[in-house]
Amino acid sequence: MPAESYPEDLRYHPEHDWARIEDDTATLGITWYGQDALGELVHYEPPDVGATLTKDSAYGEVESVKAVSDLIAPLSGEVLEVNQKVVDEPETVNADPYGEGWLVRIRVSDASETDALMDAETYRSHLQTL
Amino acid sequence: MVPFAGWEMPVQYEGVIQEHRAVREDAGAFDVSHMGEVEVEGPRARELLQRLLSNDLERIEPGAAQYTLLTNEAGGIVDDLIAYELDPFRFLLIVNASNRETDFAWLKEREVPGSDVRDVSDDYGLIAVQGPRALERLGLAHAPAFTFAEGEVAGVPCMVNRTGYTGEEGVELLVSAEDAGALWDAVVERGVTPCGLGARDSLRLEVCYPLHGNDIGPDTDAISAGLGWVCSLAKEFTGVDELRRIKDAGPERRLVAFVMQERAIPRQGMPILEGGEVTSGTHSPMLDRGIGMGYVPAVLADSGTELTIDVRGRRRKARVVRKPIYRREE
Repeated sequence: MPAESYPEDLRYHPEHDWARIEDDTATLGITWYGQDALGELVHYEPPDVGATLTKDSAYGEVESVKAVSDLIAPLSGEVLEVNQKVVDEPETVNADPYGEGWLVRIRVSDASETDALMDAETYRSHLQTL
Repeated sequence: MVPFAGWEMPVQYEGVIQEHRAVREDAGAFDVSHMGEVEVEGPRARELLQRLLSNDLERIEPGAAQYTLLTNEAGGIVDDLIAYELDPFRFLLIVNASNRETDFAWLKEREVPGSDVRDVSDDYGLIAVQGPRALERLGLAHAPAFTFAEGEVAGVPCMVNRTGYTGEEGVELLVSAEDAGALWDAVVERGVTPCGLGARDSLRLEVCYPLHGNDIGPDTDAISAGLGWVCSLAKEFTGVDELRRIKDAGPERRLVAFVMQERAIPRQGMPILEGGEVTSGTHSPMLDRGIGMGYVPAVLADSGTELTIDVRGRRRKARVVRKPIYRREE
């Protein structure tokens, strides 16, 4: 299990999702806090490639032995790619939440939505309030 | 920590999966002090229990225990429990924490002169130590399952019960409440992995031990639940007529075990599209698949039958398997 971290180059959603934005695409995943709260993941229910994500809505699920959690889209867009490695080995998310454990890659449909996301410092402050 | 039957219980210490594996491969400890203990004593204690419990106490003797059911008039299951024969006139019942008060009231109301029923739950702690290396780590010799004896672990006196809820060899140590903390520390110091409620549930489900409140309850009968083997239908006890009738007619539905054939984790309450619903479900760490139990129409209860589980709107295939779901490879 890696140490707690929140990389500076990511944008964060209060439901413990992160987005790595590169031009008009974004890679999404769950934060260190999110995976730690769930425990070891044993199932990832991904969206279909081509599906449309709507900001703040559920786009998939992750499950640990005891709990299931919706994945909340930090941004709207179209799914370009699903991380098959996480489908096959969901514990990858626990081992490397910001790297190998990414969940989907999307084409961002509304770049202005990124303004509503938090930077790492704001997200860390948000965690203090939970 | 989560609230459970009025207690604060850990779901996990380090992680459900590693705790589960520790019990299957080495040894794990569960603080199950929340469970209830009821003592029934007196010259008519046996007579009272023979009338109220489904299994036949004549099959055991002092120093032995048996799994049995407290049944209602409809043959439903008020609770499942283990009865320990301390001596011919004194029995200890270890019952589910959530049913402690119900069970005690049920027995107390039916008490007869010469049978004294006492709730002694607050006097005892209970620590289960389970796994292939449990006895070795505790320095205990092997003994037959469902027997017990006075003993000690690390100098702490306790009743050493050869029982458990994991499918592994092990013991449940009944200890005076004031010594329970010291016993727990001594067990953990011997390299036994502390385990929480999460692993307790996944371990028992892999070996298809029913959980009262999920798989069995006052509205489910023992025959449909596959617990006919703990019902002595030759003797008279509460609900026996109804149980005989169900057995003769054949139950309309049966509690089956199933393994998911597709990636999905079944959970309690999910519909089974062919009829019935999931009563327990989880991810099996040993099979690395979703597993569960549920009631289905009796015609669908044969192993190999394909079922469809509605997993939050998604149809996922499962297959009925023989119980237990997990069996150690010998």
